[in-house]
Amino acid sequence: MEILMAITVGVLFMVGTYLLLSKSLLKVVISLMLLSHGAHLLLLTMAGLQTGAPPLLSLEAASYTDPLPQALILTAIVISFGVTSFLLVLAYRTYKEHKTDDLDQLRGSADE
Amino acid sequence: MSNLIVFPLLIPFLAAIILLFIRKSVTAERILSIIAGIATILVSGWLVIDVYNQGVISYAVGGWDPPFGIALVADPLSALLVLFASIVVFVCVLFSIKGIDEVRVKFYFYPLVQFLLLGVIGAFLTGDIFNLFVFFEVLLMASYGLITLGGSRAQLQESIKYVLINVISSAFFIAAVAYLYAVVGTLNIAHLSERVAEIGQPGIVTVIAFLFLIVFGMKAAIFPLYFWLPGSYSAPPPVITALFAGLLTKVGIYAIMRIFTIIFHHQPQITHMVLEILAILTMVVGVIGAVAYNDMQKVVVYNVVAGVGFIIFGISSFNEAGLFGAGFYLLHDMLIKAALFLLIGAIMIVTQTSSMKNASGLIKQYPLLGWSFLIAALSLAGIPPFSGFFGKLYLFQGGIEAGQYISVIIMIFVSLLLLYSVMRIFFNVVLGEENHASQNEKANIKGLLYPSMILLFLSFVMGFGAEFFVPHLTNAAEVLLNPEIYIEAVLKE
Repeated sequence: MEILMAITVGVLFMVGTYLLLSKSLLKVVISLMLLSHGAHLLLLTMAGLQTGAPPLLSLEAASYTDPLPQALILTAIVISFGVTSFLLVLAYRTYKEHKTDDLDQLRGSADE
Repeated sequence: MSNLIVFPLLIPFLAAIILLFIRKSVTAERILSIIAGIATILVSGWLVIDVYNQGVISYAVGGWDPPFGIALVADPLSALLVLFASIVVFVCVLFSIKGIDEVRVKFYFYPLVQFLLLGVIGAFLTGDIFNLFVFFEVLLMASYGLITLGGSRAQLQESIKYVLINVISSAFFIAAVAYLYAVVGTLNIAHLSERVAEIGQPGIVTVIAFLFLIVFGMKAAIFPLYFWLPGSYSAPPPVITALFAGLLTKVGIYAIMRIFTIIFHHQPQITHMVLEILAILTMVVGVIGAVAYNDMQKVVVYNVVAGVGFIIFGISSFNEAGLFGAGFYLLHDMLIKAALFLLIGAIMIVTQTSSMKNASGLIKQYPLLGWSFLIAALSLAGIPPFSGFFGKLYLFQGGIEAGQYISVIIMIFVSLLLLYSVMRIFFNVVLGEENHASQNEKANIKGLLYPSMILLFLSFVMGFGAEFFVPHLTNAAEVLLNPEIYIEAVLKE
């Protein structure tokens, strides 16, 4: 199962990197979302995907899944959500101001 | 166990929250920021003295003993860095009274500054690698806010790149933490160090170490990852750039210092060799940029890059003199880079241009500004009475002791060229014929000048009173060289 997840994460990172290198600003933002999905799945996978009950003590199971990476992912998700929403608004403002979403045209000094 | 270590975090946090509510009243915001700044300096000064007397202080948050809970750890280096960070922020707050427009202040400038300070202090004090990630995000989010604040065209354009780079490096940070957790199964830095020592740092851990180097190198702007810095540091107003130059790259350097001395120190022939090469390349790239530009702000920005190289070189020597020098230079660099950016900011307000060619002869109307710039330039280059000298001296000594002769020679040349790059500003802009835009009406720069005078005075104290800093920084180097001290303080075995 970990192998399959590792391949999935690899594909997510691959697609993310490809989109990151594209010209359109929106594609770049989408690529960052894919990258953070990849990172979060990686965090889940790397802690081990052994079977066990959800980490709820009331279930009284013999073994539980590792609760720590789940807490880490939850933290990382809200952080990347905050950053992504900021980035989307920033992209919107840049589009309004510069009238373009082509990153090639956003190079160099704006006042040149 | 004392709660003192929490206060440097708590004061900026509470101040930031209160500042959010009083944004309409500019005066109240300024007064509160100054009070909070003084309080943070006092508390961190107290922390420095405490650490000096007791050794490494560890505090288990919530009473859960490490490695299960989050630990806050103050060792001599991080305590000093917290003190200097709060001084830099306080000085920038003083500068901002005249140096930033009211519209920016009304749109949460001061809360963002306090959140930035919170993130920086948290990153210095944390003893947990995921908590380090969270504090990095706190300071990065605040810096995103600061770099876009005002929303001019150039700012929007540069901040897009800045945010993108940092989001990518955050994704890598999570990946690196995931790999490390898979290999050793813990997140506490002291416990990590212990476990990595138990398994003797096999190849996989070294790979993870390099992944961390990429992550922190992106924040610290070391050689192949510095490309975002020149653009993003020239877009925002000078006071924000001064904050960034004084704090942000330094946090990345501190993180590199921490992980490569405490966790990944078992294969120095690989990791520290790479650090040495990258440090030299960073210096060379920085100095080429500093010499090439005619734009004052760009020259100082590339000086930031070169300064990063010097400190990383100290880490790569990995002996007492080298780490001592790295610590000393790091502290000096925080002060002097912030001072240089504030002085450049004042000069730009006077001359209305950042190009060296369009301004000259400042010294006749603004003698104090001119001479303080000269002092800052000499201190940056490391002329003996000022603070840059001792840091570089120890860096050279550490390099020679570690047998890095060629690198030391390159460093000496780089220092000369850095001196040339800032003296060029001095000779072109400060001396020479009077011909700047506002020569008819003398701009009032009183409020813009004395904050940087505070920093220069402190740099002077660091240079003349170096003996006062020596015992403390020797302790810092000792903790960095002997991770057992750190581990024992945190895990209390």
